[in-house]
Amino acid sequence: MGMTITEKILAKASNKNTVTPDDVVIANIDKVMVHDVSGPGVIKVFSEWEKKGINLDHIWNPDRVWVSEDHFVPASDRISANNITLLTNWTKKYNIKKHFKYGLGQYGICHTLSHEEGLVLPGEIYVGGDSHTNTTGAMGSLAVGLGHTDIAYVLMNGKIWFKVPETILFQINGHKPDYIMAKDIILKIIGDIGTDGANYKAMQFAGDTVDKLSMEERLTLTNMSTEAGAKNGIIEPDEVTFEYLKTRTYEEFIPVKGDLNASYSDTFTYDIENLDPVIAKPFSPENICSVGDLEGRAIDKAYIGSCTGAKLEDLRMVAKILKGKHVKIRTEVLPAAQSIYFKAIKEGLVSIFLEAGAVVGPPTCGACCGAHMGVLAKDEICISTTNRNFPGRMGDVESQTYLASPLVVAAAAITGKITDPRNEML
Amino acid sequence: MNILRGKVHKYNKDNIDTDVIIPGPYLKIHDHKELGKHAMEGLDPNFSQKIDEGDFLLTGKNFGCGSSREHAPIALHEVGIRAILSPSFARIFYRNAVDGGYLLPIEIDSAVINKISDNDELEIDLDNNRIVNLTSSEGFKIKPFPEIISKIVKAGGLLYFKE
Repeated sequence: MGMTITEKILAKASNKNTVTPDDVVIANIDKVMVHDVSGPGVIKVFSEWEKKGINLDHIWNPDRVWVSEDHFVPASDRISANNITLLTNWTKKYNIKKHFKYGLGQYGICHTLSHEEGLVLPGEIYVGGDSHTNTTGAMGSLAVGLGHTDIAYVLMNGKIWFKVPETILFQINGHKPDYIMAKDIILKIIGDIGTDGANYKAMQFAGDTVDKLSMEERLTLTNMSTEAGAKNGIIEPDEVTFEYLKTRTYEEFIPVKGDLNASYSDTFTYDIENLDPVIAKPFSPENICSVGDLEGRAIDKAYIGSCTGAKLEDLRMVAKILKGKHVKIRTEVLPAAQSIYFKAIKEGLVSIFLEAGAVVGPPTCGACCGAHMGVLAKDEICISTTNRNFPGRMGDVESQTYLASPLVVAAAAITGKITDPRNEML
Repeated sequence: MNILRGKVHKYNKDNIDTDVIIPGPYLKIHDHKELGKHAMEGLDPNFSQKIDEGDFLLTGKNFGCGSSREHAPIALHEVGIRAILSPSFARIFYRNAVDGGYLLPIEIDSAVINKISDNDELEIDLDNNRIVNLTSSEGFKIKPFPEIISKIVKAGGLLYFKE
């Protein structure tokens, strides 16, 4: 029996010829990431372990570790400011050079940096202290989110246990209309399989639509595999992947693809030619319907941000709708990384946003996780390009968030209501 | 004998997510005691006052879905919870609970949920994969831990686990 790409990467990393689902392997790790929430969490674990007599004078390989400041930047208060100082001292102590600092050149949301900076390569195993680490699987890598203890263990040993997941294959075919984005496709999938539909499993995306998707759009699919509970989301690397990496890294890699006779636990086939724009209602990403079904529902705020919904192409789609118009509700645009912010300025996108009356802010996870920089009030209703809408996710526990594509969110910004983007793309 | 005894707190709701277990604004906090005060704040603001050391939680399926924040099992451990009974757990929560040695994620048949009431006294027998509802004197099977999980639990967390 052949192996899927996920199985092949795990077999290679654990020095085995073959693995099958449910095998437990100890896999060597290629890349590790922590941010300003998981980093201090790992530092706490390190200090507990040191009290127990564990020697942590050095870590396994500082060159394979990178650090981002994204959740609580700009520092929201003294505690988060102290966390940044703690993180800075820690990266100095362990000689971690790739520390992307707020206010010091390139920085941004960790998952965006992972691809924007070409930090993770096809065929690699990458673990990050954040659940949306799945995003980076679009590069043809095995990208898995872990907690503080597991990341601390990897930093000490360079390896960790994994149960080999079953893989669900999503075959997405058909010509993608210009009003449909990857966000619509992944929301539709989550609506079909539910928020635990892929729990402990790998979600692999393929089909002629995926082949033609840009790298940034592919990243939206893998990002939200997390919302279906998946261990990882993955797309086999191809020319689109290699072309994307060409300008971003000189590092060499050996791409891995699944065998033709690989076995999948389930296969779902989608024809997206007739898909209508999709929206997820409060309070779950699986709670979906067509945008048209909610047409006219009043909204208080439009949020364009996060690793899922503020990549350069997302901002281009928003600009397409906002160009020459004025927003009717509070509209916030936060590019996902400094490099994307700068490109958006050079392309004239930021001028379009400002002329439309939106505010443009620095890259941060801030409001997406309800932490700071624009959280929602009680009863406030937000439409957002982000990935979660659990109770209290973006602020007060009685606020509401609708999840949708950048096109749908931009259309709502213009009308102040849930609006089919086709009506604003004329 | 590997037996735990305690009172159970029932929240019969599916998909209790990490934003509810420990809301986003507390992610900057790494003091375990402080996190404990805010456990389950998004679902029950009085939660931390109801829990005694050694108590259990009983919940609907897919407990702990959402983010990778280890703050979630830490907050529940700190407030006193030692085991959670649920038909299923989200994968990162499950890993964090076991690898950090904070609490036991115990998988039960979903039909068992209706046979246990809020505040019932339970006995969890890990050697025989059984729970007994001491209040009603009914016994139920629990799903055995996979071998790797069993080893990590016995070691007291990933740090002490030998391959």
